[in-house]
Amino acid sequence: MVIPVRRLEGVVLKEAEERELRNNLEKTAREVRWDIVRMIGLARSGHPGGSLSCADILVCLYFHALNHDPKKPDWRYRDRFVLSKGHAAPALYAVLAKCGYFDREELWHLRRLGSMLQGHPDSLKTPGVEISTGSLGQGLAAACGIALGLRMEDNPARVYALVGDGESQEGGIWEAAMLAGHHCLDNLTAILDNNGMQIDGSCCEVVSLGDMTAKWSAFGWDVKEVDGHDVLDICQALEGAVSASRPRMIIAHTVKGKGVSFMENNVDFHGKAPTPEEMEKALKEIERS
Amino acid sequence: MVSQEMRNTRDGYAAALLELGEKDPRIVVLDADLAKSTQTEKFKLRFPERFVDCGVAEQNLMATAAGLAATDKIVFASTFAIFATGRAYDQVRNTIAYSNLNVKICASHGGITVGEDGSSHQALEDIALMRAIPRMKVVVPADYYETREAVKALAYMEGPAYVRMGRPKVPVLFDDDYRYEFGKALVIRPGRDLTVLACGFMVHQALQAAEELAAEGIEAEVIDLHTIKPLDRKGILESASRTGKVVTCEEHSVLGGMGGAVAELLGEEMPLPIRMVGIRDSFGTSGTVDELVEHFGLDSRHIAEVVRGLCG
Repeated sequence: MVIPVRRLEGVVLKEAEERELRNNLEKTAREVRWDIVRMIGLARSGHPGGSLSCADILVCLYFHALNHDPKKPDWRYRDRFVLSKGHAAPALYAVLAKCGYFDREELWHLRRLGSMLQGHPDSLKTPGVEISTGSLGQGLAAACGIALGLRMEDNPARVYALVGDGESQEGGIWEAAMLAGHHCLDNLTAILDNNGMQIDGSCCEVVSLGDMTAKWSAFGWDVKEVDGHDVLDICQALEGAVSASRPRMIIAHTVKGKGVSFMENNVDFHGKAPTPEEMEKALKEIERS
Repeated sequence: MVSQEMRNTRDGYAAALLELGEKDPRIVVLDADLAKSTQTEKFKLRFPERFVDCGVAEQNLMATAAGLAATDKIVFASTFAIFATGRAYDQVRNTIAYSNLNVKICASHGGITVGEDGSSHQALEDIALMRAIPRMKVVVPADYYETREAVKALAYMEGPAYVRMGRPKVPVLFDDDYRYEFGKALVIRPGRDLTVLACGFMVHQALQAAEELAAEGIEAEVIDLHTIKPLDRKGILESASRTGKVVTCEEHSVLGGMGGAVAELLGEEMPLPIRMVGIRDSFGTSGTVDELVEHFGLDSRHIAEVVRGLCG
């Protein structure tokens, strides 16, 4: 499988090209959502809400922004991605399988004993996973470490990290934000999956995150807000990060459970699998969309 | 006689870092605003481009170290033992060890000999914490040379490691030609009556106790158990089977530390009388090093008493 590396930077796409890109990415995202729902349904456990909310972002990363080669997961000059919100592993697995890092059949063994697909990402078991995550608030710091490491060896590769909004209640996120700002890690892009919900309720009810744009700006980041379900919007923000002279934070406004009507904005589906009936219903809905 | 020459184990660490850094561009050192204390500052001055000060953020230090190691660097992460293992435990377990990354956590100021700063800065559970993490190697070297050589050896062993160093200067037990052997229970004084296993600061105390006891006709075999994980099962069992009695000495809680590791081994393989010298399930306190060592029964006199009790 060949992943086209397309850079939007400084290029005004023709309307037709834009339409083609949008259609391709949206089609891929639909397929990824279908896989997410099915793998969690079959596993009978997992986190559908936050996996569905970041599906479009991951598709834009792996099918547009990242410079990578699934046949050479250890390629030195590959761009790296860290899933700081590790519980969205099903979204990452679906995308990695689609890219060809491993056989799609593996998806149906999610969370089973002996599976290469653990409940949360395990870099030793799953090809394409750069570093193990799952305990929240650590992946962004790991991404900072990768960014520093690449800079030390004059490696032009970039690092991307996906952070959750609930996850941002972890102090570790802000320790990493401060370090990245201090070192002007311009090879680092973080994306906030701002779906507004966490296990116990909405983030506003639990512990408010406040003005995230102001917060990240204050930490020295170049902040951009996007509609986290508009693939072109996401791609443009990712491309703009390549020319930023500071670390970039893309605040992606998303909907928890996006793509399945009864999961959307439903906090119950943060960490609960659909029943077999719900799964069938959800899959049909995605197919029709 | 135990040597009169006193040196810091931390200086041995700094010497190893300089030597490694000179030869290998993959060597990277991280600290958390304690470079002057942990002695990583020497590396920082020589190789500023390969040194990162993470500030007062030990959790970030460990997770950042993990990321650097994921770009094929050999990363040394330093701070005080209490923060490296306690505050950043989750980062060490879930991001470094679970990913099996080449991060060598080299912590100074382990144990009660931190002294006047008191309990908040005295790591008495760090060996227990690190030993319980899968894939983690645990080394507690006894002097300057052993620290230097252990650090050099660990740099090229795959996966994470924890090295515990102390604050005070300790007698030099080895010399420039010392050939460190990872994972070996090193007999530094042979004896027939009992086996005394010691690590770190307690090795010279155990040697002094052995000298005292020899005058009374008790011949203690003293083992420098610098590698606590993996444990040299064969070496320990070989000595214990000859002597039939074991005393462990550590500047650490007796719960889950080196003594615990030895007790687990003997309990399963060779049940025999064992006594543990260490901190008895308590927090530390402020005081001078000498006062604290005596107060918590870590001095050679107390070790000798424990041995007499076991042999009597």
